[in-house]
Amino acid sequence: MLRQAQAEPIKVDAAVEAVDLVKDFGATRAVGGISLRVPAGTIYGLLGPNGAGKTTTLRMLLGIIDPSSGTRSVLGHGRPIDAAPEVGYLPEERGLYPAMTAREAIAFMGALRGVPLGEGRRRADALLAEHDLADWARKPIRNLSKGMAQTVQLLGTIVHQPRLIVLDEPFSGLDAINQGRLEALIRREAVGGATIIFSTHVIAHAERLCERIAIIAQGRVAFEGSVDDARGQLRPIVRLRTGADDGPWRAALPEKAQREGGLWVFELPEGGPEPLLKALLEGGAGIETLAIERPGLHDAFVAIAGNAAAVSMGKAQAA
Amino acid sequence: MMRLLRSAYVVGRRDFAATVLSKAFIFFLLGPLFPLLLGGLFGGIGARVATQAERPTIVVAMAHEDYGHVAMARDRLARAMGNAAVVRLIHVPNRPGEQVDPMPLLNSRELRPLAVLTGRIGDAQLTGNVRKGDPTVQQVQLFVDPGWSQESSSTSLGVTVVEGAAGGSLAKERALTAQIGQMLLFFLTILLSGMVLSQLIEEKSNKIIEVIAAAVPIDALFIGKLFAMLAASVLGIAVWLAAGALLIDIIKPGGVQTLPQPALGWPAFLLLGTVYFATNYLLLGAVFLMIGAQASTVREVQTLSMPVTFGQVLVFGFAATAIGSSFSNEALAAAIFPLSSPMVMLAFAAERPEVWPHAVAILWQALWVLLLLWVGARLFRRTVLKSGPTKRWYQGWFGTTARHIP
Repeated sequence: MLRQAQAEPIKVDAAVEAVDLVKDFGATRAVGGISLRVPAGTIYGLLGPNGAGKTTTLRMLLGIIDPSSGTRSVLGHGRPIDAAPEVGYLPEERGLYPAMTAREAIAFMGALRGVPLGEGRRRADALLAEHDLADWARKPIRNLSKGMAQTVQLLGTIVHQPRLIVLDEPFSGLDAINQGRLEALIRREAVGGATIIFSTHVIAHAERLCERIAIIAQGRVAFEGSVDDARGQLRPIVRLRTGADDGPWRAALPEKAQREGGLWVFELPEGGPEPLLKALLEGGAGIETLAIERPGLHDAFVAIAGNAAAVSMGKAQAA
Repeated sequence: MMRLLRSAYVVGRRDFAATVLSKAFIFFLLGPLFPLLLGGLFGGIGARVATQAERPTIVVAMAHEDYGHVAMARDRLARAMGNAAVVRLIHVPNRPGEQVDPMPLLNSRELRPLAVLTGRIGDAQLTGNVRKGDPTVQQVQLFVDPGWSQESSSTSLGVTVVEGAAGGSLAKERALTAQIGQMLLFFLTILLSGMVLSQLIEEKSNKIIEVIAAAVPIDALFIGKLFAMLAASVLGIAVWLAAGALLIDIIKPGGVQTLPQPALGWPAFLLLGTVYFATNYLLLGAVFLMIGAQASTVREVQTLSMPVTFGQVLVFGFAATAIGSSFSNEALAAAIFPLSSPMVMLAFAAERPEVWPHAVAILWQALWVLLLLWVGARLFRRTVLKSGPTKRWYQGWFGTTARHIP
């Protein structure tokens, strides 16, 4: 989808920049000094367990709430509300007027962002038809299923063709088919030039979609960089099956090597695979299988955010 | 500024359409008509019953010539006192000089008269359950007075009309107009502005507040909501006024034109009434929106309604002190206090012909509407959206600590 022509769009390298954002709710510190830089045109993921401060961070970035301290800029605007016509936002807690029809809801959300009502209705019809909801266009939201209503809200989020799309837990509540559709929509918007920030506790989505991620734990950024960088935080894992039970080759294994179902599992030593292989061969290990696996984002997340956070995300995901 | 107004328009248009195009709005429009219609109906029946009860019927058993004299005398009295104040006459003709027995006529179930008038002018006899000195007897005495029925009078009265003079009676009438105007303004506002209390509940319970707060300034949300409700209220009032005027025209001879004339005249008074309703509604509505925005459930809104209503009654009482003493210290204070100012100034329009104080008052009230909306929006961001620094003034001196959510 083409981006909406703006009067004078500010060209920026970073769609969003935040410096040391802090948010206290009374005596409770929800966000404890988050700094982010989201390059323009990227798909950027905010990962973290529930209560990590993702939603509060997004709300501060969008200007829904002001931070207790720290600064942020959105599409070059120091006051996020000034960038609102170029921003689309899908909140975690979805909400629409139940009596409004689907097309009116989308057109209303567009009108809030500056699209004339007539044009908004035209775009709403096109978007609904594109998402197989044309028959529901003139039905009240209260008559739609939860998934349909969520899709309508998502369409309302992009109806004004924003340069920055912020999605808070966009996959929650969607079935597998709609999750796939949403992924496709996110990719399509990114290809069209939009910057997309989404928060999630489903690591698989972030791994598939994101070019860069920030892992937030306990109100702070525990990691910020590309998915490869995150995975690069860990050494590759070696899974080895040998013919010999013992011998001089054992000296080549690291101290932390563990037996798991007849396999030796350990991190690839600093020297890389060649010295390891040489030592195993010369030590008479009788290599039957040897696999060197790159760690996944989940492993990286566990290592970065801590096991407790990973368990928490796993539970949330299962729920 | 244009973006703020445009955003407010988008919010307001949605709210107005959602209100006016709902089935509930029909009941909203019909609501005040029920007591009016019932009042009119029972009032009409009561008035008819009262009229019939208070207007005795006299059967006139006289010759045509004599009855003509009596009827002319009755008409003259009716013109002076109003038809309802004068006895009804039923003519039972007889021949001149014929002796009539009044008893069969008096006992007639069909006629049911209070008394029967027999004889001729100058020698008439009234028979019935009446006593000398009764108003009915006094009236009949005039009817049979040979001099009373003559249209021309020997004495003449010159009449000089002075426009705009506010003598004792006129001042009293204008005070009545002021009082009615204030009451109307108060009741319309109390009935209509209460709706504003719950205006943000829908957005908060639907969670759509997040979408709106991210898209438009909170000030635009407040302005849009307030003006949408004002527009819906004005629409309702227009319907009610039209129905009210029709009702007055039906039940009151002469219609609305018989109401006491305000000092500035009806057109200016009605125009100012509309403006002051708008400012009164916006002022109270801004306060209610501010208070209601703090509530998160309908129950909380209902709990807030009572103290808010009492507050309005207090303000109305304060404004009422200005009637009849437009330049007193109390009236001045009530005109300056923003929440009572519109009601005071409407009373002023009824009692005083000066125009410039209205221009000053409208500007003053508009300023307060903006101020209250500004404060309301910031309070909403601060207390409901939990926005902004949490430091209190004293924490600047003694520092603050916060712990992270575990």
